[in-house]
Amino acid sequence: MPADMDKTDASVGARAGLRGLATEPGVKKPDPILVATNVSRSFGGLKAVDVDHLEVQRGVITALIGPNGAGKTTFFNLLTGFDDADSGDRAFNGKSLNRVSASKVARMGMVRTFQLTKVLSKLTVLENMRLGATGQKGEKFWAGPFAFLWRKEEEANSDRARDLLRRFKLDAKESDFAGSLSGGQRKLLEMARALMVRPELVMLDEPMAGVNPALKQSLLGHVKSLREEGMTVLFVEHDMDMVRDISDWVVVMAQGRIIAEGPPDSIMSDQRVIDAYLGAHHDTDISELDKAALEVEAMAEIDTLKKEGR
Amino acid sequence: MDLITSPLYDAFTPTAISFVLAAIGLNIHFGYAGLLNFGQAAFAAVGAYGMGVAIASFNLPLVVAILVGLVAAVLLALVMGVPTLRLRADYLAIVTIAVAEILRLVFSTTFKEYFRARDGVSGFTGSFRSLNPLPDSMDTFLNFSRNDLWVMLVGWPLVGLILLFVWAIMRSPWGRVVKSIREDEDAVRSLGKNVYSYKMQALILGGVIGAVGGFVGAQGLASVQPDSYNLDFTFIAFTMLILGGAARVMSPVAGAVIFWALLSFLGELLTKLSSGDNPIIPPEFMTPDQVGNIRFAFVGLALMLLMIFRPQGLFGDKKEIALDAR
Ligand SMILES: Nc1ncnc2c1ncn2[C@@H]1O[C@H](COP(=O)(O)OP(=O)(O)OP(=O)(O)O)[C@@H](O)[C@H]1O
Ligand SMILES: [Mg+2]
Repeated sequence: MPADMDKTDASVGARAGLRGLATEPGVKKPDPILVATNVSRSFGGLKAVDVDHLEVQRGVITALIGPNGAGKTTFFNLLTGFDDADSGDRAFNGKSLNRVSASKVARMGMVRTFQLTKVLSKLTVLENMRLGATGQKGEKFWAGPFAFLWRKEEEANSDRARDLLRRFKLDAKESDFAGSLSGGQRKLLEMARALMVRPELVMLDEPMAGVNPALKQSLLGHVKSLREEGMTVLFVEHDMDMVRDISDWVVVMAQGRIIAEGPPDSIMSDQRVIDAYLGAHHDTDISELDKAALEVEAMAEIDTLKKEGR
Repeated sequence: MDLITSPLYDAFTPTAISFVLAAIGLNIHFGYAGLLNFGQAAFAAVGAYGMGVAIASFNLPLVVAILVGLVAAVLLALVMGVPTLRLRADYLAIVTIAVAEILRLVFSTTFKEYFRARDGVSGFTGSFRSLNPLPDSMDTFLNFSRNDLWVMLVGWPLVGLILLFVWAIMRSPWGRVVKSIREDEDAVRSLGKNVYSYKMQALILGGVIGAVGGFVGAQGLASVQPDSYNLDFTFIAFTMLILGGAARVMSPVAGAVIFWALLSFLGELLTKLSSGDNPIIPPEFMTPDQVGNIRFAFVGLALMLLMIFRPQGLFGDKKEIALDAR
C-alpha cells in the first residue's frame, strides 16, 4: 500500500477491505459497487467476453489489464449498456443493469470514457464540459427558449467546468473547438467531461494513451484524489507503471475470460499473467530492451547489405 | 411583370412562406439534429388537410382547426420516429419518403367525402379572410390580391416569431444536446442524455413548423390538393436549406427567397429570350412552353456548382454542416 495514505482519506476502509482476499478470479469483495455474473458476448464464432463472475470494490481503484483483443473494451460496453450481452447479469449498487439503456446507466452514476475518444469537435471545449452536467433545466424543451430559467445553472456548471479544466491543464483551451485539440488533449477533455456527470463509478478506457509523461504524473495524482473523494475508478490500461502506481486491485483478462485478479504486486509476479500478457522482460528497463532491439536490427541490415554485395 | 418585379413578387407570396417554413423545419431536422427527413411534404400536408377538413367538413372554428393540424403533425412525427429513431440514420430517411408518398395517395384516393380526391379540399378560408383588416382599395396593391396580402401580413411575422424561437432554443442547453447528437450520439449517451427522446422532440418541432407552413400555403391558395405535397415539395425545401446553408437560423429564409427569385428570374429571362418573331434562343433549342422545366435544370446546375465551391451554403458555417465536406 502506498505510504501517502492519511486519516482523512475516505478510501482507507475500502482499501483495507481488499487486504487478505483470496487472489483468485471471481473472488467476493466486502463492498462491491459493480457485480457481473456469467456475462458473455460473441461476435460470430468469436467469444469476445465470457466472464463468470466479477465484483468491483467500492471506493478503490481497480485496473483491468490484458492483451489486445482480450475483450476489455467489449466488457466495458456490456457493463455500460453500449452493447447487449448474449446472456448474464450485471448490477450496479445492487440495481440490475440488464436491458438498461446507456444513458440511464450514466444517470445511475456509472460513467465511461471511450478508447477512441469521442469529443464533440464542433463544440468548444467549455461547451463539451457543460454538456456533461446532468439534470440541467435548460436541457428541457419547454425551458430552452427562456434563458432566464437556466442562466444561473449554466453559470454554476461553467464554474465547475473551469475548475476541472484547470486540473486537466485545458483551461487555456476553453473557447477553442474541441476538434482542434490534439489526441492526448482529447483524452483529457473526455475524462474531465465524464467527471462533470458527478459519477460514483468512472470507467476509463485507456485514459493515459497518448498523454505525455509529465502530465501523466499529475493525472495519476488526480485519479488518486478522485478515490479520496469517495469515487470508484475502473480503468483499462496498458501502461504497467501506471497500473502498479495507482491501482489497489488488478483484474486480468485474456481471450474474454478473467484469468487472475489480486493486488498489483502479486499480479505482476503471477506466472499466468506474465505468460499471457506481460512477457518475461516486463521488469527489465525499457532502454536495455531498446538497445538489444536496435542491435538486432543493425545486424540484420548489415546482413542484407552484404548479400546484395555492396 | 418583368425581370425585376416578377422575382420580387414570387419571393414573398404565401406559397413562398409555406416553403420557408418547411425549410425552417428541415433545418431543425437536418441542420441541427442531423435527422434525414425526406417527408417534410407530409407534415405540410397533414397541417393543410387537418385545418382544411376541420373547417370545410366539420365547421370547426379556425383556432380549433389549427390545433387539429398541429396535433396531426405531432402524431405523424411519432409514427415516423417511434420505429426508426433508435436505428441508424438511413432508416428514418427511407420511412419518411414512404410515409409521405403513402399519405399523398391516401389523400388522393380515400375518404373522398372529406379529402375530395384530386379536386382537393376548398371552402375553408372564410373564417381567416373575415379577419382581414385591409381596405378593399388594396386589392391590387403591388400586384397582390387583398387576400394574399392578408396571408402575407400574418405569415411573414409568423416566420419571424418562429425564427426567434429557433434561435432561442438552439443557443440553449437543449440546442447543445441536439447539435451534439448530430455529431456523435454515443458521446451524448455516455453523458446520461436520452438521445432517443431528444431526436423525437426535434422531429416533432421541425414537423410542427412544417405543418404551420401547410396552413399558410393552404390559406394562400384557398385549396389543398394532394399533388402539391409530392416529393418535389420536400426536395425544393431541401434545396432552399442547402442553398442558404444548414444549421444557421436565418439561412432557410435567405435560401428560400433566393430560390424563388432565381427561379422566377430564369423563367422570365428564358421566356423573353425564346419568344418573339426572331428569338435569341432559336426554337430548335427551346420553345417558351419548355421554360417551366428548363429553369429547374438551371437551378440544379446552380446547386451542383454551390456544392462544389461552397458546400456550406451561401450563409452557412463550414464547421457546422452535417454534410462532412472537405
Ligand atoms: N463490433 C465487433 N464486431 C466483431 N468483432 C468485434 C467487435 N468488437 C470487438 N470485436 C472482437 O472482440 C475481441 C475483443 O475486442 P476488444 O475491443 O474488447 O479488445 P480489447 O481488450 O479492448 O483490446 P485493446 O487492448 O486492443 O483495446 C477482439 O477479437 C475483436 O476483434
Ligand atoms: Mg480496448
